Amino acid sequence: MKWICRAAIGFLVLLLGACLLSEFVAPASYAHQFRDLPDAPPSRQHLLGTDDLGRDRLSRLLYGTRVSLLLAPAAALLSSLLAALIGGIAGFAGGWLERCAMAATDLFLSLPWLFLLITVRALLPLNVSPLASVAITFALLGSLGWAAAARVICANTRSLCASDFVLLARASGNGGGRLFWRHVLPNLKPVLGAQFWISIPVFILTEANLGILGLGVAEPLPSWGSLLRELESFSAFSVHLWQFIPVVLLVVTVSCFHLAMQKQELSS
Amino acid sequence: MRRLSRHAAKILVVLLLSGFLGATLVRFAPGFRVDEQELDTRLSHASIQAIRQSQGRDSGLVAFYFVYLARLLRGDLGSSRTLQQPVRQLLAERFPETLKSVGLGLALGWTLGLALAVAAVMWRSCGIDLFASLLAGTVLCLPAAVLALLFVIAHAPGRLVLGVIVFPKVFRYAHSLLEHSASLPHVLTARAKGVGDFRVLLWHILPVAGPQLLALAGVSVSMAFAAAIPVEALCDLPGIGQLAWKAALGRDLELLVSLTMVVTMLTLLANSVTDLLHHSPQEGEA
Repeated sequence: MKWICRAAIGFLVLLLGACLLSEFVAPASYAHQFRDLPDAPPSRQHLLGTDDLGRDRLSRLLYGTRVSLLLAPAAALLSSLLAALIGGIAGFAGGWLERCAMAATDLFLSLPWLFLLITVRALLPLNVSPLASVAITFALLGSLGWAAAARVICANTRSLCASDFVLLARASGNGGGRLFWRHVLPNLKPVLGAQFWISIPVFILTEANLGILGLGVAEPLPSWGSLLRELESFSAFSVHLWQFIPVVLLVVTVSCFHLAMQKQELSS
Repeated sequence: MRRLSRHAAKILVVLLLSGFLGATLVRFAPGFRVDEQELDTRLSHASIQAIRQSQGRDSGLVAFYFVYLARLLRGDLGSSRTLQQPVRQLLAERFPETLKSVGLGLALGWTLGLALAVAAVMWRSCGIDLFASLLAGTVLCLPAAVLALLFVIAHAPGRLVLGVIVFPKVFRYAHSLLEHSASLPHVLTARAKGVGDFRVLLWHILPVAGPQLLALAGVSVSMAFAAAIPVEALCDLPGIGQLAWKAALGRDLELLVSLTMVVTMLTLLANSVTDLLHHSPQEGEA
């Protein structure tokens, strides 16, 4: 089983490398239009063909993967930090602060995730620049996805606070802030790491859902959501199977994240 | 009875808080209750002020919330800006469609997930286990919207997508629960004494795994409602998921907030019912 996990991590590293070097690897810019070649099949010049606007599919796939693969971890980091802050402080302080924080968590968990997301997305301007739309989409994912993780971290902090070493540190005269920063927080790292890894595939899939619905990253900047939107124009009469390559890549990447999480669990 | 009242109180508090959040979003949304009448140059400043006051636009957030809450209590959910119809009427028209899709999806997802989990655990067949795990793993890696698009391309009924979305979660959870229950000492003893597979499942495994499966039932309702947005939008099913999508594209916040609150209430009700069912046998024993 270990070799599958290693292969998954290897694939993710390879994909990330290809995406980071997309300026050099991609045959063209993601927005460049080959106007005489719209909807072209794969060829030596365009390995995955072109879309209906004549843009090179491989280039768009590489740039789109970069957007999703770099910003989903950034959103996961934001949500993990928020969860650490809210759950950690609530579990450490206890009493009414913990009850209030957990009530807020309950409220967030009761609201259906996608409904909440599109409601807040609709509140923000929809006709913004592509870069702003990327920032808005992933910032929203990060700032609304902390609730479940906060509950886990609060429970862990509470059990850590009741442990012998924290009691000893408290008896040795360590104050609240120092106790939290030096003794509790370092011991929360494995839980925070697990929450971070769990969030990445969730955010990748949610961005894809939002993108297909036209509420994610704006054109011409590609992301997995906007690339998958192309499937809407798929016709059974003119079968272009290469249009499914983003779907295959998404499935493989998310599977690799799931396998990498198993590796984390095995090592911890 | 005490548990029931506690659940009712929790639902009420969450609804009041989500109502407050909703009212805040609506109140501070750009273009909140902008009226074309105000552009009429014949109207005096006093008339424009009167129009604004009649719409409660100059009121503060707290006052607005109480007006909003009073309206909700009367069953008035406001009106949709984009569709020019009362939200209540839109809900009445579209809710049965979503209930049908969600009901069918839950039934299909649970039947498929539970049947494959039971088959994999009871027959201890590597083939079934591998096939079901691969299928569940692949579906888990696909966004609901892509599944909906694949169903559209294959000309398959869109309603079935929700079942495919619920299935992997049910299978994975039920599989690990049943596997754990099947390895308990009393189950092994029953098997060793020659009790048949069906009886072992019905009398020894399911009663242990049942309460936790019930908890998953509550969660799967929320999952199915959330997935209804991309599925109904892409499969052209006229339910509240499609309505929410249209409202999001048209920035119709009043409609979106009402829909979110209705779905929240349903989710809370489903969770409370499963929780009450989970605890009622234990209270009976006590």
